[in-house]
Amino acid sequence: MAASSSLSKEQSVININDLSLTFKTNDGLVHALSNIDLTINSGEFVSLIGPSGCGKTTLLRVIADLETPTGGSILVNAMSPHEARMKRAYGYVFQAAALYPWRTIARNVGLPLEIMGLDKEECQKRISHNLALVNLEGFEKKFPWQLSGGMQQRASIARALAVEPELLLMDEPFGALDEIVRDHLNEQLLRLWDKTNKTVVFVTHSIPEAVFLSSKIVVMSPRPGRIHSIIESNLPKDRTLDIRETQEFLNIAHEVREGLREGHSYED
Amino acid sequence: MTLFQKCLAVPAALLLFMAGLSSFAALEKDAGAVTIFTPTIPFLIVLLCLFYLLSSVYFSNALINKIGVLLSASATALIATAILITKLDVIAQLLPGFWFLLAGAWLMSWLSVEKLSEFERIPRLLDLARAIAIPVIFGFWLLLGWEALTRGFNVPKVLLPSPSIIAERFLSSLPILWADFQQTFLKAVLIGYAIGCGSGFFIAILIDRSPFLRKGLMPIGNLVSALPIIGVAPIMVMWFGFDWQSKAAVVVVMTFFPMLVNTIAGLAAARTMQLDLMKTYAADYWQTLFKLRLPEALPFIFNALKINSTLALIGAIVAEFFGTPIVGMGFRISTEVGRMNVDMVWAEIAVAALAGSAFYGVVTLIERRLTFWHPSIRA
Repeated sequence: MAASSSLSKEQSVININDLSLTFKTNDGLVHALSNIDLTINSGEFVSLIGPSGCGKTTLLRVIADLETPTGGSILVNAMSPHEARMKRAYGYVFQAAALYPWRTIARNVGLPLEIMGLDKEECQKRISHNLALVNLEGFEKKFPWQLSGGMQQRASIARALAVEPELLLMDEPFGALDEIVRDHLNEQLLRLWDKTNKTVVFVTHSIPEAVFLSSKIVVMSPRPGRIHSIIESNLPKDRTLDIRETQEFLNIAHEVREGLREGHSYED
Repeated sequence: MTLFQKCLAVPAALLLFMAGLSSFAALEKDAGAVTIFTPTIPFLIVLLCLFYLLSSVYFSNALINKIGVLLSASATALIATAILITKLDVIAQLLPGFWFLLAGAWLMSWLSVEKLSEFERIPRLLDLARAIAIPVIFGFWLLLGWEALTRGFNVPKVLLPSPSIIAERFLSSLPILWADFQQTFLKAVLIGYAIGCGSGFFIAILIDRSPFLRKGLMPIGNLVSALPIIGVAPIMVMWFGFDWQSKAAVVVVMTFFPMLVNTIAGLAAARTMQLDLMKTYAADYWQTLFKLRLPEALPFIFNALKINSTLALIGAIVAEFFGTPIVGMGFRISTEVGRMNVDMVWAEIAVAALAGSAFYGVVTLIERRLTFWHPSIRA
């Protein structure tokens, strides 16, 4: 179990202490998460990586207050996850775009703003700003089903950003896309992170994706879901896809792979 | 031409040819019999078209072939039909040639419709015209066949009056039909439909909100839906009187449950991820309901509205069999059957069919407007 908050004493956004979550199923108890200790600081890009069943998505959902932990403590922006959710402290991007087919792209991006009760002018401003951020200008009046999968996912990122959260939670957002589109979106996401200085927690099961994007990689292992190791990465913030050929990148990827192997992730 | 189209064209050609032959044979044999073709010119045109049709089978250019077959088949069908219609009055004295002509013309129309539906990427206006023309041609042939068969075989009027008798009765009793329509459709059906669908919808939302109500109300809803209409109708007449109110009450009972069940199913249609999304925005119950769950439920709700549009009409008409003032579609049907005025019954049936289809059509149009995004419609 690696110590988590060893590096910096910057402002921490997420503090997780000895957190555990047990589901009751018909087959008995399932330990989805156990003994999770993790601190995420402001401005970090943290990837949660591990095989399926390691609890990475569950951990993200706990941060988002979509699941309730059964033990330990967790603070998001020094509040309980519930308070943080009620204050709209984060934007969440799901595995699928989950855009509403009866709304245009612009109105989909505006959905959280309507719910927050912002006035029309402010809504309009944020919609066009965030659509521009994900390179979707000119698609405001299209309906989601008229767009490709990659564009839909970009619209859903714009929707999460429109809330203007300091914290972005992303659950395998590019998992359903092909590799070419995924590379492209990864690069765009990195630019976005660089530009906006947000804190990102990113769930993935792809080693290259995790290493390319992150400043910190959390390797998790299953049964029970736990943190195996935390790997810091010092790749420059303005990196491009070319960096994947460098020795530094390969070293980190190797370290992650070793971590996953030690966590018995490959045994079945 | 496809094999199927050839299977239409060849018998059609043969039948038309037989029609011509038999009429000439009749001329020589029996001067008293009414033949089909008194003037020979239309007959010649028919033969010409036939010739063109058969020769066009062997054209190589696909478009010319298509248009040629379409035009010749349509022209043949039209001319043959025109001859048929002029002979409908004296159909009883006609020879087999008439039936050959009828069958031949029918096959020719079928062929022309087949050809018509083959054209792709045609202008929008033409496409619309075609979409209207095909069911109109189909309906026309249904009526023509009905007319010819009832007249040709002297079917008694009580069993099945011909369309022309029904149309005559329809036009001569417009004031009565309008009064019946007002009483049954504009009052009982529309009001009952609105109350039944509306209450089904609101109770579905209540049930969805509270598990307690779900357990209590669903069995009652089930029970109400199982009540036989002929049992409910007399009771409603006792409760709400002879006038349209009791019929509207029957319609309410009939339409309530489909709406309830469909709305509940529709409210459960939103997926977990969409609901989680609303949760991450800290949306409250009403925001989630209006912005996600109701739009997602719309296709289900419209299903119920469509089912109910026909159920309501049936309910109101049948309910009038159990006591009514002396006006109403159901009342008219039951009394005119007793007086053997079957043509009036059919006129009422025509009104019901027109009103029912128009009602259904309007609901469908609104559905297309509101659920344009649904995969079943946007394609």
